Amino acid sequence: MENLVYIALFAPFASSMFAALFGMSPRQTFVGIVASSLLFISFVASAILAYHVYSTGTSIHVTMMEWISAGDLTIPFGFLVDQVSVTMMTVVTLVSTVVHIYSIGYMDHDKSFNRFFSYLSAFVFSMMILVMSDNFAGLFIGWEGVGVCSWLLIGFWYHKEDVTREENPSISPSWAANEAFIVNRIADLGMLVGIFIIYWNVGSLQYDVVFADLPNLSSSVLNAAALALFIGAMGKSAQFPLHTWLTDAMEGPTPVSALIHAATMVTAGVFLVIRANPIFSMTPEVSFFIAALGTFVAFFAASMALVNRDLKRIIAFSTLSQLGYMFAAAGLGAYWIALFHLAAHAFFKALLFLGAGNVMHAMDDELDIFKMGGLKKAMKWTYIYMGLASLALAGIPVFAGFFSKDAIIETAFNEGTYVLWAILVITAGMTAFYSFRQVFLTFHGDERYKEAGIHPHEMYKFVLIAMSPLAVLAVIAGFFMGGFQEFVTKLLPNYEMSHHTHELIWYLTAIVLVFAIGGIWLAYKKYAKGLKRDEKLENSFVYKLLANQYYIPNFYEAFITKPYAMISEMMWKNVDMKIVDATVDGIAKLIYKSGDGSRKMQTGNLSNYLNWMAIGAVLLLVVAALSAMLG
Amino acid sequence: MIGLSHYLIVSALIFSIGLIGVLRRRNLLMLFFATEVMLNAVNIAFAAISHYYNDLAGQMFAFFIIAIAASEVAVGLGLLIVLYKKYGTLDLDDLASMKG
Repeated sequence: MENLVYIALFAPFASSMFAALFGMSPRQTFVGIVASSLLFISFVASAILAYHVYSTGTSIHVTMMEWISAGDLTIPFGFLVDQVSVTMMTVVTLVSTVVHIYSIGYMDHDKSFNRFFSYLSAFVFSMMILVMSDNFAGLFIGWEGVGVCSWLLIGFWYHKEDVTREENPSISPSWAANEAFIVNRIADLGMLVGIFIIYWNVGSLQYDVVFADLPNLSSSVLNAAALALFIGAMGKSAQFPLHTWLTDAMEGPTPVSALIHAATMVTAGVFLVIRANPIFSMTPEVSFFIAALGTFVAFFAASMALVNRDLKRIIAFSTLSQLGYMFAAAGLGAYWIALFHLAAHAFFKALLFLGAGNVMHAMDDELDIFKMGGLKKAMKWTYIYMGLASLALAGIPVFAGFFSKDAIIETAFNEGTYVLWAILVITAGMTAFYSFRQVFLTFHGDERYKEAGIHPHEMYKFVLIAMSPLAVLAVIAGFFMGGFQEFVTKLLPNYEMSHHTHELIWYLTAIVLVFAIGGIWLAYKKYAKGLKRDEKLENSFVYKLLANQYYIPNFYEAFITKPYAMISEMMWKNVDMKIVDATVDGIAKLIYKSGDGSRKMQTGNLSNYLNWMAIGAVLLLVVAALSAMLG
Repeated sequence: MIGLSHYLIVSALIFSIGLIGVLRRRNLLMLFFATEVMLNAVNIAFAAISHYYNDLAGQMFAFFIIAIAASEVAVGLGLLIVLYKKYGTLDLDDLASMKG
């Protein structure tokens, strides 16, 4: 079993190194095939491990080697495969395998094909370290590793020029990559502080040691640690107010959006909260804050998705919104439900993004859904896939999203937080509306793309086949809910609805369904026949507010980026140039001047030299005399 | 009565004369003479102190200095002649060729 752990972990690494060998050479299809096969091996190993953990009910704990050993601090490279991490491993490797195969088709015409696979596999390796590590230090390494890979992949088309925010809200791939990296850096500081607080008070970073020692800690320490860790989670999972980077990250290639910015990396924050659930369950205030923030983000992101015209940005907002749902569940103590929604969401959201990638491929990289329409004839399979994924996202029964999202909404009701419940129910209606607005505008109605002279074509066959596992899971994943609960609650605290909620469960489900179906119906009425622009609505204040993301990016630019740039320039011109540089230059000038001055002694005249020698001798005599007198 | 301090004062005076000669003179030959004056001032001091302490080592040292000064003058004058043949002068201001 130990070997399987290493295979699951290092196959993506081998894949990354292999692809990196060909990083600078022209496109080689076999690089993609080898990378995909290695990822598939990693997936198989993870699946066998999952079966092992499931059937024996035990976890596997291996220590590869000592890593840091200084004084009392020992941090090993240890890996823990238990119910939670094995779920993440299976989800991550499954989605990555699909995305790798998909990328062979999608990146077909890109000249940096090999480099792309190298980055993508490196990301999977970092993500595996993140989920498998048995201590906070390893988690942090994976955390930073996925951040770097995300930066590399968002800025994959780094050669594109910066444009204005009006033309493209994310300015340019390299700008978006830097934004994502810097915003995450802010949050990672919180994360680091959390880890330091834990080490300071417990003296170890191993999960088992830390969690066993929690009852001895004071509540203020626990609150501080939980809050600091959650700040880290907020950055990685793009929660308000650190959410702006996620939609801008859509500048990266679409497979990247599917893998990193929907299915895996952005859920790392949720994973952290689930992993550190002993800490969060002992800090009810912080947990409630998480739930409230999650609910707010769910609503807030869904509202922005209602009016957006960019295919990928709509899905990105929906990711944000669903992450909010996960945090709401985790904050309310329903960790296993959060993990279940994480897994289900990974499947249908990756599918949705890959479908969007197919549309982009067909539409010559056009993303404006107002310029599409009627694509279902040309792209039957993509239509079916995106339709299924949207049904799952909207939470229509039998699809995966219905079970997981409904459970979260019930949790909010069960906890007696009716305000959160009401917001989550309304958000469910909005989710259904914006997902189907996008589906109808893309695939139904009049064929607006003809004006641009585009001839859409379906994606390659093998790509469509590679997407099928995700489609199947998006449909059936919900049926495993009972088994999943039994499986992960061996490790996570169980969460059951109270008797009261159980009695009302049909009404609650019906209310959510009314909202969801209402949303779909509204979208159908408004958009299925074709696009009718409503000038009055589009010029209204609320519409503009939503379309401009509540002007938050502009706000950040005006009140953070620009003042910071001004301060930086001031510091550069006044402090750096006039103090730091001036000091260094002054020392250099002093030495130069003294050298230049004393150069005049070098007259070449022996008589002068003798004079200097006499002066030196006299000085020495004086020193000797003084020291004799004083000593 | 002439004591040690008288000898030392004479020695210091002669040494100072020699030193001033070394510092002020421009002619290399004169520099040599000045050096000899300084050496002999030291010799006087050596001899006087040796007598004062009743220790012959100082007088022996003075002899050494006289011998070495003689050989030094022999070598130095030889060099001066070569220098004079080459440059036609022994004035230090004209010989300054290694100006920094």
